[in-house]
Amino acid sequence: MSQQTRPSAWTPWILPVLLIAAWQAASQLGLLSSRILPEPWAVAKAFWTLAVSGELWVHLRTSLWRAISGFAIGAGLGLLLGLLTGSFRRAETLLDTTLQMVRNIPALALIPLVILWFGIDETAKLFLLAVGVFFPVYLNTFHGIRSADQGLIEMARSYGLSGWPLYRDVILPAALPSILVGVRFSLGLVWVLLIVAETISAQAGIGYMTMNAREFLQTDVVLVGILLYALLGKLADLLSRGMEKHFLRWNPAYR
Amino acid sequence: MHSSTTSLDTGALPREGATRTKAPARRQGVAVALEGLHKSFGARTVLHDVKLALHAGEFVAVVGRSGCGKSTLLRAIAGLETAEQGTIAIGKGTIAASVRIMFQEARLLPWKTVLENVAIGMPRSLNAAAATLATVGLADRADDWPAELSGGQRQRVALARALLHEPELLLLDEPLGALDALTRIEMQQLIEALWLARGFTAVLVTHDVQEAIALADRVVLIEDGRITLDLKIDLPRPRARGSVAFASLEQRLLGHILNHPPAPAVAAAA
Repeated sequence: MSQQTRPSAWTPWILPVLLIAAWQAASQLGLLSSRILPEPWAVAKAFWTLAVSGELWVHLRTSLWRAISGFAIGAGLGLLLGLLTGSFRRAETLLDTTLQMVRNIPALALIPLVILWFGIDETAKLFLLAVGVFFPVYLNTFHGIRSADQGLIEMARSYGLSGWPLYRDVILPAALPSILVGVRFSLGLVWVLLIVAETISAQAGIGYMTMNAREFLQTDVVLVGILLYALLGKLADLLSRGMEKHFLRWNPAYR
Repeated sequence: MHSSTTSLDTGALPREGATRTKAPARRQGVAVALEGLHKSFGARTVLHDVKLALHAGEFVAVVGRSGCGKSTLLRAIAGLETAEQGTIAIGKGTIAASVRIMFQEARLLPWKTVLENVAIGMPRSLNAAAATLATVGLADRADDWPAELSGGQRQRVALARALLHEPELLLLDEPLGALDALTRIEMQQLIEALWLARGFTAVLVTHDVQEAIALADRVVLIEDGRITLDLKIDLPRPRARGSVAFASLEQRLLGHILNHPPAPAVAAAA
């Protein structure tokens, strides 16, 4: 009964392993056609072949680069503008109405326009990613700054803090939990946007690899692509959790 | 230069020792004079022509029902509210006196350690902060997060934070209101001891009549924004709460407050 009290590190992996085992069994018993869903072993072999030929790494590197730069541009601008409108009333009156209007346009609805503007090269993809990632970070940063505890700000002012020290020591840390929520949301969104952006038009990237494989009915390669997205999504989640754990270590809820 | 080790704050000294050897010089508090203070929020007048003079080093308690304007008075002295009329003179007037306020809540920054919280506004004096933390009995909690402290400990950190600035005037805005009865008495004793040792002027806002009599040289009663009673407390310190003199003062003050129910809203009707 002692095992029940402290679940081992492997517990979360029981279900995925069972699912893969069931999938492999179903394929071998002929219940699943390999055209619909190839057996896990075939997927693993496809992964291996792609990895050895180096093709996988080219696509992975392209996708990662797109995700990171799109995220950096969008989230960076979102953070900057959120801090600006959150901190200065004048910036809010000037910018917020416009941003709220733009916010209601789904990023993916811009695809036709983006193709007309930028063609089908890298800029178009980065633009889509950046626009999509911008708003969660912007909104949460704005909200975080605005909902900073006024009591703490008053206390800090009465202890002589003002200007940048007040901002650095009180307002920014108070907004940080909210900002990190925005970052976490954006990190999840970036993969969704990337998949769409890469399936429209691309010469490389995981999305391109899967679309290409679909043309040749290589279901195993399609699955490799899908699983890669799942893996990258999990990785992004781990990253944002790590950031929360580090930056919010003072908060008992994140320990 | 091997004069004496006592005055050197090398930082290598144990924190407990640092407090013994480097007791802060007993500083004279400042005199405070309020003259014709008037403050209103919208149509509601909170302070009517308040006039109050405090001697340097005096401990004055301001009591009254909730909403009588006592907190506003304190916040006005602290400069957190601006009065529409009247003057507030703290000290001689030429040099800005060091005024610190303790709030109802501790208002510690949750993302800074206890020690960093004490040193807020003076980030370079971590050694002095550690010493001040020891005077409130929390030397061993310096590296903890505020979330790990109890309510009473948090207020003690807030007290240390205020004392680090060696205030000439310490304003206390019901800082013990949320504490349990025992912690409260301990805190009162701590505040009294520190006040006796350092000699700052203190203004304590409270709704606890017993607390006011236990600590203050003078108790000022505020009703509907006016000072209606200014009572000198002559009991010797430390004050025994059970003594006859204490009880009779408490009775007198309570009687005064209870016999004057809040006035019907004449001003609001007009």
